[in-house]
Amino acid sequence: MSVLTQKFSERWKGHLTSFLFILPAVAIFSVFYIYPFFETFNLAMREWNGISMLRPFVWFQNFQDLATDTVWWHSVWHAFYITLFALTFQNALAFALALACDRQIKARNFYRVIFFIPPILSEVVVGFVWKWILEGGMQGGYHYGLLNHFLSSVGLHQLVTDWLSNPKTALTCIAVVHSWKGFGWGFIMFLAGLQTIDRELYEAAWVDGASAWRTFWNVTVPMMLPVIIVVFILTILGSMQAFVLILSMTNEGPGYHTTVPVTRILFAMTGTKQYGYACAMGVTFGAILIGLSLTLKKMQGRMKQV
Amino acid sequence: MKKCVLAGLTAWMIFFTAGCGNVHQGDPNAITVWHWMADRHEAFLQLAERYKEKTGVAVNFQLFTPSDIYSQKITAAAQAGILPDIFGILDKTSVIAEFIKSGFVLNLKDTFAENDSEWQRRFFEKALAVNAFEKGNTYGLEPGIYGVPLDMTNMQMVYNKKLLKDAGIEMPPSTFDEFVAMAPKLRAIGVTPFVSGWGELWLIDCFSSNYAFNIMGEDKVMATYRGEVPYTDPDWIAVFRIFQVMAREDVVDQGIVIKRNKFAEQDFALGRAAFAFNGSWCVNVYHGMNPDLDYGVLLPPPVSKRYPLFIWGGAGSSFVINAHSSKQDKSIMFLQWLTEKDQQKFLSEATANLPANRYALADLPPELADFAGGMEHLTHPTLWPVEEDAVVKEKFTKGLQSILIGEKTPQQVAQDIQAAKTRQVERAGARRR
Amino acid sequence: MNQYLLQRKFENAAVHVLLLLVAATCLFPLFWMLRSSVMTQETIFTDQSLVPATMHFGNYAKAWTEGQFSRYLLNSIIYTVTVVAGIVLVSSWAAYAFSRLEFPGRRFFYVIFLLAMMIPLPGSFVPLTVLMTKIGFINAPYVWVRQAGYVLCMINVGLSLSIILLKSFFDQTPLDLEDAARIDGCNKMGIWRHVAMPLARPALAVVIIFNALNVWNEYVLAMLLLNDIPGEPTIMPLQRGVMVFANAHNVEYPLLMAGLTIAAVPIIIVYLFMQKHIITGLADGAAKGKELL
Repeated sequence: MSVLTQKFSERWKGHLTSFLFILPAVAIFSVFYIYPFFETFNLAMREWNGISMLRPFVWFQNFQDLATDTVWWHSVWHAFYITLFALTFQNALAFALALACDRQIKARNFYRVIFFIPPILSEVVVGFVWKWILEGGMQGGYHYGLLNHFLSSVGLHQLVTDWLSNPKTALTCIAVVHSWKGFGWGFIMFLAGLQTIDRELYEAAWVDGASAWRTFWNVTVPMMLPVIIVVFILTILGSMQAFVLILSMTNEGPGYHTTVPVTRILFAMTGTKQYGYACAMGVTFGAILIGLSLTLKKMQGRMKQV
Repeated sequence: MKKCVLAGLTAWMIFFTAGCGNVHQGDPNAITVWHWMADRHEAFLQLAERYKEKTGVAVNFQLFTPSDIYSQKITAAAQAGILPDIFGILDKTSVIAEFIKSGFVLNLKDTFAENDSEWQRRFFEKALAVNAFEKGNTYGLEPGIYGVPLDMTNMQMVYNKKLLKDAGIEMPPSTFDEFVAMAPKLRAIGVTPFVSGWGELWLIDCFSSNYAFNIMGEDKVMATYRGEVPYTDPDWIAVFRIFQVMAREDVVDQGIVIKRNKFAEQDFALGRAAFAFNGSWCVNVYHGMNPDLDYGVLLPPPVSKRYPLFIWGGAGSSFVINAHSSKQDKSIMFLQWLTEKDQQKFLSEATANLPANRYALADLPPELADFAGGMEHLTHPTLWPVEEDAVVKEKFTKGLQSILIGEKTPQQVAQDIQAAKTRQVERAGARRR
Repeated sequence: MNQYLLQRKFENAAVHVLLLLVAATCLFPLFWMLRSSVMTQETIFTDQSLVPATMHFGNYAKAWTEGQFSRYLLNSIIYTVTVVAGIVLVSSWAAYAFSRLEFPGRRFFYVIFLLAMMIPLPGSFVPLTVLMTKIGFINAPYVWVRQAGYVLCMINVGLSLSIILLKSFFDQTPLDLEDAARIDGCNKMGIWRHVAMPLARPALAVVIIFNALNVWNEYVLAMLLLNDIPGEPTIMPLQRGVMVFANAHNVEYPLLMAGLTIAAVPIIIVYLFMQKHIITGLADGAAKGKELL
């Protein structure tokens, strides 16, 4: 009997010390994430203007309003747009650059450093500088936005427009700047992944007489698949939640053309002071993100089998 | 390992406490003021120095900018019960009323009435009116004066005299149609006719409200806010059409809908635009950017002759006193000192704002005096009996932006706004039940 | 044969052109910032030259003093260092435990951290501030307590990703070294300190740079959670100084650009020093990406 209890208490003591390792993380996390998390659900079912002591319970009315709020769903679509743009152009560019740098050893280090500079700049800085580059407007015949100035000086006058306030171009400009800022991450990860591919595989393909294109599809891509999936997931999570750039460049304008879910939430909080509605948006948005991540995870599982 | 961690923590604590000396908890001779006015912070600090020399009370001004961050800070602080002794509420009347109702703001009615209303009589009526709630007000608040005005502002149009002359325009416009007709001439010399910070919703709201009053009169506007008149009414369509005309006749650039006010100010100061719509604080801004700017002030040219055109004006910034503060008396004394003629003059000179104290009005710079000239036609949303719902306001101002970029027609926008209005009215009614 | 070589050379040249083009777009905004920061307010829009004739380096001194950058810079450094140190400790403990130690609830807690990474908390600022006040961080009499509150909050922000990153890394370190250490009599903490952590350098580098970036560029939480104590120097970080500058009524573009440059340079310098570790760290993480999730 005593031997059993001794082993038992030893094992529990072992568990306790192990638990101590995660204790600080769990403690901090419970306070700063768990509590606000539940409070957000709580507020999502109430109506509150942020100041008064009254927070009446309204059940699912906020969610009902949200379902018919066209501006909200437009903002979700805009986030999708930016994300799709990032998934395709940003990552294609990152991949292409990584391929280009894969073989060159000298240039590789140089470009590695340079391409990662946009990600480390703060979004405040990036927003201000790019806003100036993309600005429209003229004075006495010359454009004071850099891009327009450049376009008109090479004779492409018809392309000149106020990039950030033109409904057709505003969102794409945001997507471009966002991708500019973010491609460095993908580049680094793709490059790293490429470097782990066994050179012998390439040699074998060359011996077999495969063209560059076939080598790419049959050797490079399959080996890079895990990295690609990781980059995709990170891109999606990051792009769906992007908002600081928008605040400093267009502030959701023109009209509602560059609004995204997070700016909608901020506006509901600080503009129309509908805290409950804002929390409902937050909950819905979180659900969308979880859905996306789970879908990707499933795709990853299926691809593993291939 | 644990020793390492402990040593690290101790080192950190020593590092930090090395800088601190005393325990600062409610230093009885210090009051704290939170504000958002970046351009006045220096002036405030100097005034705080003077006050400390005079009375020995330290006044700690803390700046939180930009203003939406300031509003969030105040809101969070109110919820957490940590508002400072003096602060401002940078928001509309309904929000101010909420603060008062929740007991955060001291009613200064009695203090103003002391000594035969001495403190009260210092101010322009309109400056105080913004901070006052009358008997029977729609928010159900106890009547009184809850805030202390620091300055007066009003919003008018400004025009660049030189650019107008270059374009061959003799006189500034006296009607809206004249104003629109000037656009082609100004475009011909390569300037934007009219600029304003309409990326900021309140500014476009103000402009539209001026013309709403001009077209249909205050009563009808109030009736609309109450829900009695729909936004699809022809008078409102006429208001929306003003923006459509401005877009179609090239009076404004498309970029106006994402322009922040300070960039609009820059455009006007650097001579890129001939007309601008801005507030009296712009005098200081323009002077800083371009001291040689030759400009004049005029009221927005009216559309109709039926009703007068009112401009927004009144107290620019006001401070309120925290009702839970333990230093109310000291705070009151400081605010009384701050609004004396000398201090008002100092602030007015340092920041080129109109003083709220009527006795400080002499010796203003000329452009500022021009702004002061528009004082008879002043109104302000805080003075109105009704306030439009925030959700409807958002649809309204965003709708105007859509008209300016040519995406929607006035009729479409009117329908959108009215749909939102009907829903909000229903909700409000249901809530009361 | 010649044709083939020529084609090869052509391809190489095209690749180089592409690389240079992209590199140029990465550097150009910085270059423009620098160039604009040494001009004057009057000439900044009219002067089209790439390198201005007269350079007003005095703008930097002016921006530095007007924006009080010295104190803001110091504060940002303090926050970045403490938060990153905190995250490294807390997350590596937790990651090690999730990877190598057995205890009930291990899977459960790990999944919670995973979920946290995917569920954003916009709109959580207000309940967070209320909470911080109730605990007593925001109005504490001592400056370091106030800063500790902000630091703890920021530690939480970076916790999930760091734990997940480190755990997947630990999962792949060979067990034999640990077994050897255990045989030698090391307890769990000893193994963590002497075996796991040294091996984890690449992953730690990623954790460090990633979190350092986040803290350095953070703005909103700092505004909401940090109140200055009267009479004491400010405890606000750098990005606030930038915002005050940018939102003052008189927008002086050259000063603004100088300020932005001042705000961007330190992190670029840190990056240049750390980039070797970053690359190797990310490389390992990416190559073993299958295990990541």
